[in-house]
Amino acid sequence: MTTSPTDPGTPTPEVPEELRNNVAITPLAKLLDPIYNWSRRNSLWPLGFGLACCAIEMICAASSRYDFARFGMEVFRATPRQADVMIISGTVTKKMVPTIVRLYNQMAEPRYVISMGACASGGGPFKEGYSVVDGIDKFLPVDVYIPGCPPTPQALLNGMIAMQEKIDNQSIASAPWYRKGDPTAEVVPVPVLGPDLVDVRQLDVIKEEAAKVEAEVETAVNA
Amino acid sequence: MTESILNTPQAGSAAGIYENPVDEAIAILKERYPGAVADDPRDNYSGLVVNAGSIVEVAQALRDDLGFNYLSSVTGVDLIEDNKLEVVYHAYSIEKGGSAVVLHVQVDRDDPVVPSLVPIFPGANFQEREAWDMMGIRFDGHPDLRRILTWDEFHGHPLRKDWHEPFYEADHKPFGSRWPGGSVRRAEEHNPFGKNVQYPPGWVPTGEEYEVETNMYEGVTVSREATPGLKTDKVIVNMGPQHPSTHGVFRMVVTLDGETIVGLKPVMGYLHRNHEKIGERNTFIQNIPYTDRLDYISSMSNNHGYVLAVEKLMGAEVTERAEWIRILMVELTRIVNHLWALGFLLNDLGAMQTPMLYFYIERELILDFFEAAAGSRMMCNYMRFGGVAYDLPDDVRGQPTMQFLHDLIYDRIPKALEQGDGLMTGNEILRNRSIGVGYLSPEDAIAYSTAGPVLRASGIPYDVRRAEPYSYYEHLDFDVAVRYNGDIYDRFRIRMDEMRQSLRIIEQVLPHLKATEGQPVVGSKPQYALRMPANGEAYGRVENPKGELGYYVTAKRRSSNPERYHVRAPSFINLTALEKMTVGHKVADSVAILGSIDIVLGEVDR
Repeated sequence: MTTSPTDPGTPTPEVPEELRNNVAITPLAKLLDPIYNWSRRNSLWPLGFGLACCAIEMICAASSRYDFARFGMEVFRATPRQADVMIISGTVTKKMVPTIVRLYNQMAEPRYVISMGACASGGGPFKEGYSVVDGIDKFLPVDVYIPGCPPTPQALLNGMIAMQEKIDNQSIASAPWYRKGDPTAEVVPVPVLGPDLVDVRQLDVIKEEAAKVEAEVETAVNA
Repeated sequence: MTESILNTPQAGSAAGIYENPVDEAIAILKERYPGAVADDPRDNYSGLVVNAGSIVEVAQALRDDLGFNYLSSVTGVDLIEDNKLEVVYHAYSIEKGGSAVVLHVQVDRDDPVVPSLVPIFPGANFQEREAWDMMGIRFDGHPDLRRILTWDEFHGHPLRKDWHEPFYEADHKPFGSRWPGGSVRRAEEHNPFGKNVQYPPGWVPTGEEYEVETNMYEGVTVSREATPGLKTDKVIVNMGPQHPSTHGVFRMVVTLDGETIVGLKPVMGYLHRNHEKIGERNTFIQNIPYTDRLDYISSMSNNHGYVLAVEKLMGAEVTERAEWIRILMVELTRIVNHLWALGFLLNDLGAMQTPMLYFYIERELILDFFEAAAGSRMMCNYMRFGGVAYDLPDDVRGQPTMQFLHDLIYDRIPKALEQGDGLMTGNEILRNRSIGVGYLSPEDAIAYSTAGPVLRASGIPYDVRRAEPYSYYEHLDFDVAVRYNGDIYDRFRIRMDEMRQSLRIIEQVLPHLKATEGQPVVGSKPQYALRMPANGEAYGRVENPKGELGYYVTAKRRSSNPERYHVRAPSFINLTALEKMTVGHKVADSVAILGSIDIVLGEVDR
């Protein structure tokens, strides 16, 4: 009996002489990770929804000339239940963001988010506008940002390949969706529309600000 | 050429003592309503100022007696210095062509009420809702005056000049903080919430805001009555905003009786990007790249409408070569758009992907040409005041440009259209699904202010390129495509016709491009530090692939920013007729009908 190189305590079974060329003994996690990652990275199915201009380039990337089916990303799914990756392809508006967050929550894990283009990444040219969310990362955990306005199909392909490389380095042991209490694996509370967009995680701050204004009014009245 | 293609009547053919029908109409209106209408006293403003109380009468006379039966554009303007709000109407005559009768209605800013024109021109419906949403002008008698681009609880009316957004810095660009000091703090750092939000002072969330769409369904009829013999309810189905057939983030609230549509409310604003508010802050030239992002499939023609409006204001001359390049680009854009639109329409009809992928090949060739000319495939930012940004490139995809264009125009695109015709036009499934579906009568097409292929497929030969020629279109020989059945099939075929006409136009442009080689492509007037020579308003309109695209721009003397900047978006206004077209059909047809209108949400929501 020899001992495992990674865990000296566990005995590893002896491999008979005639099988040495065909059999290797590896710890389970080390064996599973490449298989998991390999199958995941080569079947990244995007959620089929387009937001704005970038969606047109996304469709081009899926069409014959650029054809990202070559990398296993061909199937745009219309339902979040069957999708692995959400490509935020365009300007996220306040009216739209509750829907996007709800779609994200409905996606089965493992799920990834790609922020395509300037608007999705930070508001882009429309950032100063009153009805635009300045970056989807204010609400969703983003895995890959793709710059451009709009990014060319090649840039999107590059982003998808970056996504694959990120998946290659993941391990079941540390992936957020297998760990309890990991913030990226939790359900994101759906924002609501009041007089402006309300992020329900910020209710306390909003109340504090309101109290500040009230106090100011009071002091002004007293003075 | 098919027998259904006709020439439109030429502009300015009206008889009478007046040179054009607009002057005649204005004179008649002034005579008939002496107390209620008057010439606009402001410099370089055209048209009439009408009392709010008389606008309905005047509009009715305009439509019924004077032949100005097409209300193209309705928009609000904030005249904050006079404490007034203004509504501007542009009405055209379909039969006579020519320019618009412009009506201005001014009301008190604190209590802005204007009678609604929806009973006379149903096409004003969404535009009046937009003016209410953006400016807070109430339209008395409007059947469904709800917010349209923002949501019901939204705080304030954003296009008023004294309404400031959360990331507000200054009224006009360029911002003083950016240059020359350059010590800018990011807007998020000023904001207590760290993001692009603000709340009314002292507003505390109550939890009621979770019911955000209570008003949405008020206009939608839900009947609990049983149909005789069978106990059935009507069902409301929400299609969108995330739905593969809505071409983006568009939503239809459909009321169904079984599978038959009995009511449809379009809901939009999911891509409202404050185009106009940002546009009023930008300098004139900064708006050109923003117009690219309106109808993001046909960015070149969006540029064209805007530069036409500003050129009118500043009095710029366009060089000859630039005009030919513009026409080349705009007509190629029309082909790009129609290839894409037909591909998607066929997609919606069940021909999954195939026609789209076939058409996509030629579309990519044109995009490569755009990239070589302008530097970007989609967002070209190519036109400038008085010309275009760059001359044509020397070569495209390794071929000399003229040869590339020659191949494209005489070989590739005609073959692609031939192939498309062969595969689709006679296809039995396509014909069964589209003939007689989504009918829009010629009267309704005019009343609902539809434009472009939707209008012309209903038998109205109205094309801005002929009705009020701009650029060099009056020197070009082409037919206005028109079809008469007003259904999905005709809207499909008319786009095929239009692409062939575009090819015909480009064939005539190519020799001029050769002849003008080496000439300047932009005028000598300054572009970047542009200051308007005088006060004034201008309306630049072009025949975009989707229909009439108009830019209403006003400016003050010496200013470098537009005072009011409004876009008359054809996709947005064409949607007014959507309910009319869909009611009575099956729910699956609504998808095809929407596809046949060919909307782009960037332009619908702006």
